[in-house]
Formats: sequence, structure tokens, C-alpha cells
Amino acid sequence: MPAEPAGGAPSLPLRWLSAFGRFWWEFLIGETPELFVGAVAAVAVAALICTAGRARTWAGVVLVVLVALLLALSVWRAARRAP
Amino acid sequence: MTVQLHSGDVVLVVAVFFASAVEGVEALTIVLAVGVTRGWRSALEGLAAALVVLAALVALLGPALVHYVPLSTLRLVVGGLLLVFGLQWVRKAVLRAAGLMAKHDEDAIYARQVAALSTGAGGAAARPARPARPARPGRERDPTAFVVAFKGVFLEGLEVVVVVVTLGSTSHRLGLAAVVAALAVVVVGAVGLVVARQLSAVPENALKMGVGLMLVSFGTFWSGEGVGVHWPGSDLAIPVLVAVYGALAWALTAAVRPSPAAGAATTAGGGGAR
Repeated sequence: MPAEPAGGAPSLPLRWLSAFGRFWWEFLIGETPELFVGAVAAVAVAALICTAGRARTWAGVVLVVLVALLLALSVWRAARRAP
Repeated sequence: MTVQLHSGDVVLVVAVFFASAVEGVEALTIVLAVGVTRGWRSALEGLAAALVVLAALVALLGPALVHYVPLSTLRLVVGGLLLVFGLQWVRKAVLRAAGLMAKHDEDAIYARQVAALSTGAGGAAARPARPARPARPGRERDPTAFVVAFKGVFLEGLEVVVVVVTLGSTSHRLGLAAVVAALAVVVVGAVGLVVARQLSAVPENALKMGVGLMLVSFGTFWSGEGVGVHWPGSDLAIPVLVAVYGALAWALTAAVRPSPAAGAATTAGGGGAR
């Protein structure tokens, strides 16, 4: 978040920019950074498999398995943290 | 027209309709609270202004994405976006279904909004100096009511815009997605008029679970296509993905749901309320 300039409130464009950045941060990352990082990593692994060989169908299976593991891990973490 | 296209369209329509309906219920809660407390004129003006801005966003962003971004890039980026977005929805829905997270209580949100507006706080748009209510509620323009209604509808609607633009543009069904979203908003509005404040009767968590599963499925499918994955059956893979992720969500809900004995022990220890 941009720091407030000394001697007054931030200008309107700066506030809009800050709100825009906050919206996307909350939208994509929020309280579950593991989902964002994990999803990017899962797609990257699928891309690597597709680039490296001809196992394009298997790349899809790997992607689904990784996404499923990611969801399970995130739910498990949240369940452990719950009181 | 092939069967494969039909299956993709059906999933698209269902996902857009229920995503729009869920967000519509949340926006309607705010508009009802503003209208009842501060008067309907400014509440409805705020609602109308937000809908116009949201429609303009869909009209501007959708065609621009389709015309200027290569399809594989669009599918990769949009797929990734939907994947993350959908995973967040499913995760929350699983935790709520398992009783580990409080369910979204529209009645409580309505009561909080009414209390805030009645004391002039106006929720997020705080204006402490304003009087509690306009002299003739519903007749005069009330900036607080306008801002709260606009902000509520706009912020809830932005999620709908993201779903409509991403799902619609990637599948070249932007018009269909926009019409379905508008239809969902009309249905929610009509139901809202009938049930008024009984919005908590809407099975919101089940809807969110369903939409989340579809978003994750679309996200997996398109991000995979974007990087070159070959899906057996093409679009028919989407309903299969929905079923696979649905089974996983059901299993996760059962796995993390606290046992009745553990729940009783927690309640006895004073930590039952979430």
C-alpha cells in the first residue's frame, strides 16, 4: 500500500490506484496465498510436460491431480487452524 | 452444432447464472438495508448507477479481450484466474459445510447495515456528521444512501463482471454470458421483492459450492488448453472435471468435519461459537 504523503491525504488517482491494487490483491491472494502460488505452479508443471514430450493427455491428468492436492492441502491447513 | 458445444454452453450458463445470483443476493441485502433505513430514491439510484458502470465494464472489457489477445494466451490467463478464484470459493464452501467457518448470514448483514445507517455511520462510507435519517425518507437525495448502495452493488458486481467477461470471452459466448447474468440479477431482484428480508432462506453455501466447482473446472480446462494439454472428449471433459472436483469437495467436507463428540467437548469448553 502506498504511504501517505506528509502533510495531507493521498491524491485521488493515488487512492484509486491503491484501491485497484487492493482489490486484485484481495481477489487473487487474500488469505490463501498458497492457492495462488500452487495454481501457478500446477499450470507450470503441466506446461513443462507438454513442452518436454508428447504426453499432452497425461499433462491434463497431472494438472487435475495437482489442483486436487492443492485444494486438499489448503482445506487441511484451515481445518487445523480452526479453534 | 455438436453435443460437445452444448455441454460447454450448459456448464457456462449454469456457472454464470448461479455466480450472478449469489452475488446478487449479497448486493440486494445492502440495497434493502439502505432503502428501508434511508429511503428508496437514493438507494435505487445507487443501484442503477452501479449496474450501468458494471454493464459498461462488460461491454468494454469483453470485446477488447476477444479482439486483441491471442486465444491461447487468453485461455491461459483467464483459466489461471478462474482456477484461483474457484479454489477460493470451494475452500470456503467446504469449510462452511464442515462447520469450521461461519456461514454467510444475510439477516445478520442486513441488521448490521440497518444499525450502521440508522446511526448515520453508513457502513464503510462513514459520515459521522450526517443526521440519522433524512427529513422525508425516500423523497430527498441522500448521498450516504447513494454511496452505500452504489459501493455495495459495484463491489459485489465486480465479481460477476470477472466471471462474465472471463467465461464469456474465452468461450466466445460473451453475449450469452451477459444475458444470463442479467437474467440472474432480474430473478434475484424479483425474489427479493417477494421475500423482502428473508434472504437467509437462500441456500447460499450450496450455490457457492456449485459455482466454485464449475469455476475450478473451467479454470483447469482452459489453463490446460492454454499450455497445450489435450483433453479427451474436448468440452465434454468439463462436466467430468466438475464431477471429480465435486467428489473431492464432498470427501474433504466429510474428512474435516469435527466429530459430534469433539464438538460437544469444544462447546463445553466455551469455544463453540464461530
